[in-house]
Amino acid sequence: MKKTIGTRELSRRALLKGSAALAGSAAITGFPAVHAAEPITLRYLATAVNQSSDIVKKVKEDIGINIEYVTLTTDEVTKRIITQPNSFDLVDVEYFSLPNLVPSGNLVGMDAKKIKLADEITSVLSKGAIAGKKIGSQGTAPFKVFYLQGKHSKKFSKTPTEWLTLIPTTYNADSLGVRPDLIGRPIEHWKELLNPEFKGKAALINIPSIGIMDAAMAIESAGLLKYGDKGNQTKAEIDKTIDILTKAKKAGQFRAFWSDFNESVNLMASGEVVIQSMWSPAVTAVRSKGLKCTYTALAEGYRGWCSGFALPRTLKGKKEDAAYEFINWFLSGWAGAYLSRQGYYPAVISTTKKALEPYEWAYWYEGKPATKDIHAPNGTVIEKVGAVRDGGSYETRMSRIACWNSVMDENEYLITKWNQFIAA
Amino acid sequence: MESVHRGLTLDGTAPADGDAAAGASARRSDKTSGTARAGWTAYWQAAPLALVFFVFFVLPLMVILVVSFWRFNQYSIIPAFTLNNYIGIFDRCIVGLPKPCTTFSTYLSTLEFCLIVWAVTLVIGFTIAYFLAFHIRTLTMQLVLALVCIIPFWTSDVIRMISWIPLLGRNGLVNQILLGLGLVHQPVEWLLFSPFAVTVAFVHLLTAFMIVPILNSMLRIDKSLVEAARDAGASGWQVLVNVVIPLSKTGIAIGSIFVVTMVMGDFVTIGVMGGQQIASVGKEINVETGFLQFPIAAANAVILLAVVLAIIYALTRFIDIRKEL
Repeated sequence: MKKTIGTRELSRRALLKGSAALAGSAAITGFPAVHAAEPITLRYLATAVNQSSDIVKKVKEDIGINIEYVTLTTDEVTKRIITQPNSFDLVDVEYFSLPNLVPSGNLVGMDAKKIKLADEITSVLSKGAIAGKKIGSQGTAPFKVFYLQGKHSKKFSKTPTEWLTLIPTTYNADSLGVRPDLIGRPIEHWKELLNPEFKGKAALINIPSIGIMDAAMAIESAGLLKYGDKGNQTKAEIDKTIDILTKAKKAGQFRAFWSDFNESVNLMASGEVVIQSMWSPAVTAVRSKGLKCTYTALAEGYRGWCSGFALPRTLKGKKEDAAYEFINWFLSGWAGAYLSRQGYYPAVISTTKKALEPYEWAYWYEGKPATKDIHAPNGTVIEKVGAVRDGGSYETRMSRIACWNSVMDENEYLITKWNQFIAA
Repeated sequence: MESVHRGLTLDGTAPADGDAAAGASARRSDKTSGTARAGWTAYWQAAPLALVFFVFFVLPLMVILVVSFWRFNQYSIIPAFTLNNYIGIFDRCIVGLPKPCTTFSTYLSTLEFCLIVWAVTLVIGFTIAYFLAFHIRTLTMQLVLALVCIIPFWTSDVIRMISWIPLLGRNGLVNQILLGLGLVHQPVEWLLFSPFAVTVAFVHLLTAFMIVPILNSMLRIDKSLVEAARDAGASGWQVLVNVVIPLSKTGIAIGSIFVVTMVMGDFVTIGVMGGQQIASVGKEINVETGFLQFPIAAANAVILLAVVLAIIYALTRFIDIRKEL
């Protein structure tokens, strides 16, 4: 809370600076580049997952734009867009939130013409297919909400248009994180999350819309229930799911729930938990502490998610240009390579390939054994020579996505039931 | 200044007691008729604070109250009257009895924490305050030691809370000691992410809020009263029960209000120390606002406010804080 206030204070100053720059440049014409006058500061609203001081430094170096992070949790990012659309210049938000955000009109469509590499955005996201093969589309799959009907439209378009809802930043196929050293046997199915063998050592994410999906994967895997669409459950399905979860909770299955990425790292690193919902960079973070932690490829497939850049309705002029310039920079390779080393995938693969070392490309994207030690972005060794990425190549991993993060039609009911589950 | 004070006090007590209010306003009019200008000055002096309170406290509260009766969809709130938010909160609360509904069980669990934490902080806080007030001779030393009690507040409460985790965890210090001494053979699991952990953290975080007001009351006790009691033959225990406790009642009440309101409204401590497995009203509201269900969250906030006010009202029935001040 304090932090937010701090950033807002800062950004007010930055805004003043920005407007001063605007006034200045109006007088002196003929400066084509955005950063010709005073550097522009963009307030970048996002969760902690793909923020890093290295990116901020590199952006400043390459295109002279100041990035100022406003860090919130997944739910709070959505809330901020709805309630305070003037408090940021650029937002990195998940596709699954879009059905809630787009009708508010607080975000505008992204102009594909201003995005140099718009055509090269991976088909996984734009078409829901990889190498011509369809992938799982349960939940709010990005291709379902990829286009808007117009810049200020409040409706999605089923056919491609010039206006993109988001420009993808990062996406991944999520799975369960496990501590193989503390489990001592391979984990191959989602149902292990509910296996009494791990009583008191399992954890679940306490963001209802995502937690319910991980739970549904586990429940379906255990053969307890067959869902029509795990990403859009009926009331009856939600009831049954929460019922099963509540029984597990009462039996002491869960050690804790987490809602912040760092919490999941701590739970895993301290050994409080040996199997849990987890996000890729959290696994990398545990590994860079020298602990064994795997992001297992499970038989039932992955839960996919994707986040992307959007601009608030109120962004105009130089700031808007700067935002597009930053997004173009983001797609140009360096950031993609940086995020790849955390286990994420970037929107444009071709530029990332150029920015990665060949041995890194082979390890992260082709599923080949590492020919050199693999380093995390901060320089720590996370894999030794010979290691293979969990789940294999990009194509294999993406093609095995079973469902996507989502907002369900019965969202309100889900929240009520989830609160009930936490209170049980 | 004095008239401001009295004016406010009388206004505050007026609704509680009809007769007193009548008497009070009579007295006030006596006073103000003589010095009408002084009376107005007092209101002007109080105005800035009143305005601040109105804008930043009363107004938002009214908005919350109003919104709690509004309808909403996934992305906006709709100004149309409905009771559904409240009905939803108490869904199956009566028909479902004796099995408590979510709301009841959440409040029960929060109230339980309230009671335990209140009792523990009261005993510890009272003891420490007593020691500081009656056993430390010099004022300097009293101040120094009182400061020592406050020092933990120089770090944020989240840090103070999180520092319990390496201590109480499965592989934490306490478990290592227990295992090392051979007292247990398996790590004790209920130390962390449990009601126990929540209670420990609360007591740690909130005891100072008990110490300070109680100490404040105790320092005002005329030492000659204690001496007189002793001279009259009272035992140490009798002095405590008949002199010190009655004269510390204000401090106890203020401390209790601090502790009770903080426990009732908390969701961070219960979340972190309870492993997010224990419900709290605050967390519920937090989740609801996170999912843009502001009217439900507002309704929950209104109910929480009502419950807390009821508790404070009950407390002030036992101790008239205004009179004691």
